[in-house]
Amino acid sequence: MALLEVSKIDVFYGRVQAIRGLSISVGAGEIVALIGSNGAGKTTTLRTISGLMHPAGGKISFDGRDLTQTKAHEIVRIGICQSPEGRRLFPRMIVLDNLLMGTYARKERSGIQSDLARVYELFPRLKERTKQLAGTLSGGEQQMLAIGRALMAHPKLLMLDEPSLGLAPILVETIFRVCTEINAQGTPILLVEQNASKALEIAHRAYVLETGSIVQTGTGKELLSSPDVQRAYLGM
Amino acid sequence: MGTIGEAVRRRRSALRSGLTGRFLDLGLIVVVAAFLILLATRVLEHGPSFFLQILTFAIANGGIYALIALGYTMVYGIIELINFAHGDVFAFGAFLSASLIPVFGLGEDKPFGVLPALALLGVFVVTMLVCGVLNVSIERIAYRPLRHAPRLAPLITAIGMSFFLEGALFLWKGPSNVHYPNVLPSAGFNLFGAEIGTKEIIVIVTALVLVVALALFVERSRLGKAMRATAQDRDASLLMGIDIDQTIAATFFIGALLAGAGGTMYGLYYNTSVFDLGFSAGLVAFTAAVFGGIGNIYGAAIGGLLIGMIQSFWDGYFESAWTQVVIFAVLILVLVFRPTGILGMRVPEK
Ligand SMILES: Nc1ncnc2c1ncn2[C@@H]1O[C@H](COP(=O)(O)OP(=O)(O)O)[C@@H](O)[C@H]1O
Ligand SMILES: [Mg+2]
Repeated sequence: MALLEVSKIDVFYGRVQAIRGLSISVGAGEIVALIGSNGAGKTTTLRTISGLMHPAGGKISFDGRDLTQTKAHEIVRIGICQSPEGRRLFPRMIVLDNLLMGTYARKERSGIQSDLARVYELFPRLKERTKQLAGTLSGGEQQMLAIGRALMAHPKLLMLDEPSLGLAPILVETIFRVCTEINAQGTPILLVEQNASKALEIAHRAYVLETGSIVQTGTGKELLSSPDVQRAYLGM
Repeated sequence: MGTIGEAVRRRRSALRSGLTGRFLDLGLIVVVAAFLILLATRVLEHGPSFFLQILTFAIANGGIYALIALGYTMVYGIIELINFAHGDVFAFGAFLSASLIPVFGLGEDKPFGVLPALALLGVFVVTMLVCGVLNVSIERIAYRPLRHAPRLAPLITAIGMSFFLEGALFLWKGPSNVHYPNVLPSAGFNLFGAEIGTKEIIVIVTALVLVVALALFVERSRLGKAMRATAQDRDASLLMGIDIDQTIAATFFIGALLAGAGGTMYGLYYNTSVFDLGFSAGLVAFTAAVFGGIGNIYGAAIGGLLIGMIQSFWDGYFESAWTQVVIFAVLILVLVFRPTGILGMRVPEK
């Protein structure tokens, strides 16, 4: 059984259904990409896994544990943390305090210093700006901080919601490189992207989401060479 | 977060930008200078000892307003709600502590010493805790069920809660001013011709200690961090593992601890209270919170102090019938020239 199992969930905003019978899984050590156009339901899926929303039907389990109705603030304690859409930093806290907020739910406090060093190693820019207010960072730095903050929770599964959105090409490269590095160090990643080509390049497996349902799945390579995906998401 | 709040913030940051911002700050400086010059002429007329006298009153008065203002600003900071009932929790604190004074063996004009001081500490603690529980219950009953409702809904229940509490206080002690036992020593000492009371000293020191304690708590403690995080981004706080419901309840609790202390101090200092004290004092304290920059605890402390001082100085040097008008004129001027209040946020929200 995979680490994260989402099976046949339905999610609603009021009476509008955003997710229909969606099933995905993430196994230990994997990078799994979830791609789809704007409004397909990618963010809703991550919000539901994080417990910010609850599915009306279906089941979510993690590490064999049922999370379907678990509250959001408990989810991170169970080992799932995300860098959310729009970064959602604490703008009036400095970079360091934002990173430390990531450790809020951690029980073992001993590894915090080494994790901090690791985040600073992944993103040297953050180290230079450790005392700067998060609200005054550039978009790229904010994205690094959002990822770094999630890493500080020492998650067993890291979820990233469109980490490359709005970034200059060089920064996009950095972000994706860091994703593979984090993964290589042992953390599985569920990666949501509109930038399909990059995401599929680094993903072991991927799902294509359209109007709330999975329409295609396969390895990253398979999807990169799929004519449907090429037409719809790679602009070929 | 809320669209109204965001729109206001965007407008504020637009106002703050560039030359316009500087012009507006300049306007504020001109107004403040004009007021100070007017005040200075009167001060010179009445001599230094009178000034020193008024200054002590003013700081004591401002200290009490600061304590109330903190509760408004903390709650606003975390859920963007004006807790209209907060002033009434303060008034409840005044009533409750008055009733506790005989229970703790204290009474009118008894000699003051170590034992009475400890008893008074007991009155403070019990009053603060009961106010805390009351405010948490208000949040649980009247605000939490409406957390996802349109913003106007909890505002209306807040006004309703305020009326409800005032009604209850009315039933408890009736419509007129109620005497509050004079427990603190009336003695004082002479400083350059001004009579400085022990009362003023006690009020000022207590207020200062509480404000510093709160600031340390919010800056340093784990719960304080959770409160700041929740105020800045609720979803992000949830993702970090912060129990939002608990954190908001704690904010109401702590705000009411200060209101309870403020109510006790008000009674001890002015020796009177009345059922609708929460409305009049609450309005001024709320003004102070806005004046200082709503959502900012340092702003509320400074705003409370300044508003209390403006009130006392106006009472002392000008026509006291105009004091309320002056306070709200100050509020309007500050909001026109500096929409975020004196310590308003300058950092972009998101
Ligand atoms: N707060 C909301 N209220 C109502 N509908 C929403 C809300 N957020 C998203 N939706 C709808 O749910 C669908 C999926 O949105 P979302 O998960 O944000 O998509 P994506 O992240 O793939 O762009 C869209 O049709 C969107 O309009
Ligand atoms: Mg999205």
